[in-house]
Amino acid sequence: MPLWLELVIRVGGVLVAFLTLPLLVGQAEHKVMAHMQGRLGPMYAGGFHGWAQLIADGVKFVQKEDVTPREADRAVFRLAPAVALVPYLLVLLVIPLGPNDLVGQPLDIGLFFVLAVVGVGVVAVLMSAWASANKYSLLGGLRGAAQLLGYELPLVLAAASVAMAAGTLSLSGIVEAWQPWWLLWQAPAMIVFFVAGLAEIRRPPFDMPIADSELVFGYMTEYTGLRFAFFLLAEYVGIVVIAALTTVLFLGGWQGPFADAQLGWLWTLLKVSAVSFLIIWLRVAYPRLREDQLQRLCWLVLVPASLAQLVLTAAVRVAL
Amino acid sequence: MTDRSERSDPGTADGDRGLPGAGLVKGLAVTLKTMTRRSTTQQYPDVAPELPPRSRGVIALSEENCTVCMLCARECPDWCIYIDSHKEEVAVPGAARPRQRNVLDKFDIDFSLCMYCGICIEVCPFDALYWSPEFEYAEYDIKDLLHDKDHLGQWMGTVPPPPAHDPNGEPAKEETSAARKAAVPAAPAARPAAPAVRPEPGPRPEPEAGS
Repeated sequence: MPLWLELVIRVGGVLVAFLTLPLLVGQAEHKVMAHMQGRLGPMYAGGFHGWAQLIADGVKFVQKEDVTPREADRAVFRLAPAVALVPYLLVLLVIPLGPNDLVGQPLDIGLFFVLAVVGVGVVAVLMSAWASANKYSLLGGLRGAAQLLGYELPLVLAAASVAMAAGTLSLSGIVEAWQPWWLLWQAPAMIVFFVAGLAEIRRPPFDMPIADSELVFGYMTEYTGLRFAFFLLAEYVGIVVIAALTTVLFLGGWQGPFADAQLGWLWTLLKVSAVSFLIIWLRVAYPRLREDQLQRLCWLVLVPASLAQLVLTAAVRVAL
Repeated sequence: MTDRSERSDPGTADGDRGLPGAGLVKGLAVTLKTMTRRSTTQQYPDVAPELPPRSRGVIALSEENCTVCMLCARECPDWCIYIDSHKEEVAVPGAARPRQRNVLDKFDIDFSLCMYCGICIEVCPFDALYWSPEFEYAEYDIKDLLHDKDHLGQWMGTVPPPPAHDPNGEPAKEETSAARKAAVPAAPAARPAAPAVRPEPGPRPEPEAGS
């Protein structure tokens, strides 16, 4: 296979995943959340149980007027949704789906790359918040900055623990080194990573920067139409990315009960959808954390827990 | 799984909560249990709702039962019933002089005024008015909510049969009074109290409308 064809196939595959998985997660959220609240959710769009609801939403967003406030910093304001969206696309590029290089771009420093790129999301929040010239946006943006900077630390420390355990920064390498008993050994890191990841993508119960009941819609207040849709899409891609990272780092990625070589992609997708379901479930079940509770959870619970996990990981590595 | 690390506020840890994180697990359990149950949403325009018996949707008029006694119009708290009539003479062969009879010209109910109290139906001595469970008669113009006697008569087809008597309820007034009347010649001193057991549904006497 010539290089350019392989490249096109790999990038095309990642693009397809980037465009379909968030829609699946979004539709699942519509329906799961509805049924958890004793409702039915969308039933009309597309005919069968509202399967086309998000497509209809997308069409609606495209038709809406694209408003840029007069006082806004136009260039930054218009760029922010793209900055929010592109990092997740880049992350999807290096997440392995199955063994034998079934990955957009195998990268030896995959974990490092992923953590660095996910951190760019903070910039998008700050850009949209400051450029909107709106007090609610600014408040939301500052909350978002405090939250994202704070939760970056436990996220990185928890990921470092698993990298230490596997002895590699390559995401495929981590999955290959993974063994079932790591579920127990790395359990605190897994919980810390998952919770910090939830906060990183501003999902409820960590949606203090958005907090629609007090801040209108936080840093997204001034956005309309397609740019707003980009922010929403970024949120759902974020779910996919966090679920996929949790799967790859802590749940053994493509390692399944049988036929890992052939069905690896299926195990990965199953685990990703299970973790996504958990993310939706947590959103339905829990109320939003207050700002001080949010910071307290980060600095007094997650950071010490991840540091302790690092010590534990190092001790077990040395002992083995 | 996420209990320990999601305990956000150690300051609120009170004694009666039991294990730390029990409340978080309970929240997850409640939502999961709700998800497995059938949802309560009614898909109304697609699926007709199951209305309880005696639903008050619209008032139906059985025109031939009406004697133009005007009780309904007078009892209506909203004064939303409009009745017009005229007298006709009916020559009965063999009678000394012709009989007079009321003929209903107009029987309108203005459903933009009606408050669905049902007093007109309660008060009608000749069973000319009925509740129908039909409720889909919204109009674009408020004037169209004035249903004339033909329109009210069309609702008669939708009147359900009367629901079965509640076995634990009081016996019907007709039955108690009939039983009392039957008992009076035999034992004049018997108290006219309601019988403890419902009388056998024998040949029911006609509802004594005139007496």
